[in-house]
Amino acid sequence: MDLTLLKRRSEYEWEIPLHGTMRVPGVIYANEVLMRDMDHKVYEQVVNVAKLPGIVNASYAMPDAHWGYGFPIGGVAAFDPEEGGVVSAGGVGFDISCGVRCLHTGLVRADVMAVQERLADALSLRIPAGLGSTGGIHLNSEEMDAMLIGGAKWAVDRGWGVQEDLERIEEHGHMLHAKPGSVSAQARKRQRDEMGTLGSGNHYLEVQEITAIFDEAIARLFELKRGDIAVMIHCGSRGLGHQIGTDFLKRMAVAAGHYAISLPDRELACAPINSEVGQEYLGAMQAAVNCALANRQILTHLVREVFAGLLPRARLPLLYDVSHNTCKIEQHRVNGVARELYVHRKGATRAFGPEDPHLPSALYAAGQPVLIGGSMGTCSYVLAGTKQSESRAFSSACHGAGRAMSRHQALRTWKGRAVVDELAQRGILIRSPSMRGVAEEAPNAYKDVALVVDAAQAAGLAQKVAQLEPLVCIKG
Amino acid sequence: MSATVCELGVIRAQESITIECEAPDRELLFVEWLNALIYEMSTRRMLFSRFTVQLDGGQLQGRAWGEPVDRMRHEPAVEIKGATYTALRVAQQAGEWVAQTVVDV
Repeated sequence: MDLTLLKRRSEYEWEIPLHGTMRVPGVIYANEVLMRDMDHKVYEQVVNVAKLPGIVNASYAMPDAHWGYGFPIGGVAAFDPEEGGVVSAGGVGFDISCGVRCLHTGLVRADVMAVQERLADALSLRIPAGLGSTGGIHLNSEEMDAMLIGGAKWAVDRGWGVQEDLERIEEHGHMLHAKPGSVSAQARKRQRDEMGTLGSGNHYLEVQEITAIFDEAIARLFELKRGDIAVMIHCGSRGLGHQIGTDFLKRMAVAAGHYAISLPDRELACAPINSEVGQEYLGAMQAAVNCALANRQILTHLVREVFAGLLPRARLPLLYDVSHNTCKIEQHRVNGVARELYVHRKGATRAFGPEDPHLPSALYAAGQPVLIGGSMGTCSYVLAGTKQSESRAFSSACHGAGRAMSRHQALRTWKGRAVVDELAQRGILIRSPSMRGVAEEAPNAYKDVALVVDAAQAAGLAQKVAQLEPLVCIKG
Repeated sequence: MSATVCELGVIRAQESITIECEAPDRELLFVEWLNALIYEMSTRRMLFSRFTVQLDGGQLQGRAWGEPVDRMRHEPAVEIKGATYTALRVAQQAGEWVAQTVVDV
C-alpha cells in the first residue's frame, strides 16, 4: 500500500482522510511493515465502504486485512438505522458466522504425544472433512427449522454437548431473531446432510499445546496454563450460509438500485436496515449464525467422543466460541451517546472488554476471549478484549493471519506431501483428504500471525494472553 | 471454476444435468450460471468438467457433464461457496468471448 495516501495518527493507527464521496474517514490498525505489505485493494475497499449510507465513525480495517469481495477481509463497519444505515450481505460474506472455538482438555503434552498418531487417525476418521463429505445427521424440514432457531442450544438439547457450553458461546449459543422463513429452499437443501462437517479450504481442527503465556492474570481467569493441551475448531455455516450469501447478494443488488444507493462496487450490494429486504436478510443471516453455532457444537461432541476413547481422563469444557463473519446489533457509545448499531465484522472478531454485561461471570473480569487461528505449522493465539477495544473499532480485533499469496501461487510453490513430511519432522501431524489442499494452505502462504497479533495488541484492539502450537491438524 | 477444486482432467464426463437461468444483463447471467452450477455441485455432490450454454436474450440454457465426487481420485482442495461480482466482466475480445469473475472458496 502506498503510505503517502494515509495520515499516520499513531504508530499503529493510519487514517485515510475524507475525500470524494466518503462519508467517514478510513482507519487501518497495523504497524508499518504490515501496512507496506497490505494490498492496495484494501485501501480501495476501505474507501468504498466509507461511502455507504449511515456508516458511523469510520470504515475500519484490522491488522490482518487483505482484499476481499466488496468489503476487505478484516473490515469492520457500523451502521445506524436511524440515519438510513444499511446492511450488506457482502459485508458479512458467504461463510456466515465462520468462527473459532477453543476447548480445554485437562491434558498435558506428554499425554497427547503418547497417542499422537492414533489421535490424529481417530479424529480424521470421526470428523467429516473436505468437499463431498457428509455428517451422520440428516435434517428433515421440521428439524431444520428447530436448528435454525435454536443454534447450539438445539444441538445441546439433542445431546451434542452440555448446558455449560452455552454460556461460553457468543449470544449464549443462539441468535434470538433468526427467521427460518427467510431461508430459501436451496439453502436448506445445501445444508440437509452437512451438519457436523468441517468443510474445506482454510477450515481445520487442531490439537494444540499452550507454549507461552503473555498475561498471567487473564490466563488464570481463562484457565490456560503453559504446557496444557487445547483443541481449536475453525469452520462456519457450511452450505446454508453460502447459499444465503448468494441469495441476498443478488436481491440486495436490485434493492440498492430501488433505494437509489450508489454502489462504488457491485459486491457492496446492500439494503436499508429498515427495509423489507434488509430485515429478511438479518433474519436469514441470524439463522445462518445459529447453523454455524450448531455445527461447531456437533463437531465439539465428536471431538469429545474421540478423546473419551483414547484419553478417558480428558475433560473438554469450552473456553469460548467466536464468530468472525457477522452483522450484530450492539449498543455502542458514539461521542458519549449510546446508540444501537449494526456492526459488520467480515474477518474480524468481536472483542468486548472486561465488565461487559454480555460476558459469562467467569470471564467478566477478564474480557472476551478473542481466538486467532494460525495456519497448520504456525502458532494460534488467545487474546482478550480490552477496556479500549470499544473506542478503537466498536470492540473488534483481528481474526487470523490473512493470506500472503494466492492459492495458485502456493500450489506452484509447494507440494502437499512435502509440507506434510516437513511438519511431521517438527512433530506436527497433518491429516487431510487432499494434498493439493495442503499445498494451497501451506503455512508460508499466510502472513506472519505473530506480527498481526502484536499489532492488534499495540493498537489496543485486544490483549495477548496465550500462544498455542499445533500437534495435530485435521484439514478440510 | 472446476479447476479451482481439482485437476480438470480427472473429472469424467459420464453424466449430464441441465440448467436454466435468467438475468437482466450478460454479466449477471454469467454469475447466475456459475451459482446454479455451484448449487448442483453442492447438492448432487458432483464435479463437472464439460459445459455447453445457449443464450437467448437474458436467458441461458446450459448442460454440464461430470461425475459424483470421488475423494480419493479427485482429491478436492476446496469447495466453492459462491460466485462473486468481483472483477466481473463479460466481453468480446479479439473475436472471442471472455467471461470472468472471482469465486469464493
